[in-house]
Amino acid sequence: MAITTATVPKVGRNFRIQWEPAQDAYVLLYPEGMVKLNQSAGEILKRCDGAANVAAIVADLETTFNAQGLEADVIAFVELAEQQKWVDVT
Amino acid sequence: MTDLSEAVAVQDTAKIGPPLWLLAELTYRCPLHCVYCYNPVDFAKTEDELTTEQWFKVLREARELGSVQCGFSGGEPMLRDDLEVIVAEAHRLGYYTNLLTSGVGLNEKRIGALKEAGLDHIQLSFQDSTREMNDFLSSTRTFDLKRRAADMIKAHGYPMVMNCTIHRHNIDHIEAILQLASDIDAEYVELANTQYYGWAQVNRDQLLPSREQLERAERITNEWREKHGNKMKLFFVVPDYYEKRPKKCMNGWGNIFLTITPDGKALPCHTARMLPGLEFPDVRTSSVREIWYESEGFNRYRGTGWMKEPCSSCPEKENDYGGCRCQAYMIANDPAAADPVCDKSPFHNRITEVVDRAQIAGNAAQVKPLIYRGPKESLQLDRPF
Ligand code: SF4
Ligand code: SF4
Repeated sequence: MAITTATVPKVGRNFRIQWEPAQDAYVLLYPEGMVKLNQSAGEILKRCDGAANVAAIVADLETTFNAQGLEADVIAFVELAEQQKWVDVT
Repeated sequence: MTDLSEAVAVQDTAKIGPPLWLLAELTYRCPLHCVYCYNPVDFAKTEDELTTEQWFKVLREARELGSVQCGFSGGEPMLRDDLEVIVAEAHRLGYYTNLLTSGVGLNEKRIGALKEAGLDHIQLSFQDSTREMNDFLSSTRTFDLKRRAADMIKAHGYPMVMNCTIHRHNIDHIEAILQLASDIDAEYVELANTQYYGWAQVNRDQLLPSREQLERAERITNEWREKHGNKMKLFFVVPDYYEKRPKKCMNGWGNIFLTITPDGKALPCHTARMLPGLEFPDVRTSSVREIWYESEGFNRYRGTGWMKEPCSSCPEKENDYGGCRCQAYMIANDPAAADPVCDKSPFHNRITEVVDRAQIAGNAAQVKPLIYRGPKESLQLDRPF
């Protein structure tokens, strides 16, 4: 499915994202496995709650990090995350 | 599954990272009698199992160090009446909790309680696809029970993760195994060839498949992938006896894995207690922090400093850390030797001899009766592997 600003991503049902102080990172946990996320991946993924659409996630990130023009990065990441089945999109 | 090791493989080797993966072997007791069981051959000699409170202590201390993936295995972990309580504590502490079970003992009431306790995932093991083979290889009548377990797992919204240990006696049934996996809607299927430890080492000649069998099974698995796409994720693991380089065992000794045995020994991997001359700490008397960072048992084979030739001057030593210490001990009689799976090992011929024998169907070693894992057999054999 093509990802647009209207897409609503949600962390997949077999996955859980959580902050791990020992690794100083967000990690994505799934059956017998784990991915350590870099900062931007972690910040995007934790906002994939099934309520916010991509536009809202971008706006939230831009406010939080006082940045601009994050839309393309967010869309690219959500595309990747969907391929990996980390998120389901509607 | 291997994803974890890949995800964390890029680590600073100079610094000891946390024990990210905690394997809690809750009991060696098991209603099954698998001929390839990975438990120590002399398991029946071990005594008191850890209590609920002692498991809580392990979970808490490991979590404080950074453990985050937690597997509950055995034996058959369902045989612990306090499994639900232990899972609940692990969940409360923030672990991702995995149950590795044969499905025997799983019923509506218990799976409901486990879900309630926060269990994240169940891996169900099958011995083979047909009732006869399953029951023959595990020496029980469990097949129907497993099918029911699979239905319950799905009904409770868990991803269906199926594991089937592959060897000479079931590898030719690979289509049927894949069909069964598809019938129970498996999302992940691990077709892992037997690795030769514990009881599988006892039955090695009877279990090692021929090259032809392996190639056929791998081909069929690939064809299945092409035909059915990614709906079911298939992992096919070849026996390392057919390789020329060893596996990066446990992703490195004392690197990310911490196993706690039913009787409270802390090990860098679940078979390490066979190694001679190494004292492994007991969680009743040591903290997980002392165990992980300070104990001789965990430090002895960490990194590459302990290596001998051919490993010590080998350009590939960071790739595999010299392979498996247990295999080195079992086959080269020296836990600090190169894993004999490596063709640079002076003992590699001891691997190829076994592989060569496996190409001759029906040879004397193969037709010896299989020895089923059980307490009586364990006491009779009275040896670690
Ligand atoms: S391998 Fe078989 S006998 Fe051994 S613990 Fe697992 S189910 Fe039990
Ligand atoms: S010689 Fe040792 S380090 Fe080199 S590839 Fe073989 S097992 Fe690995």
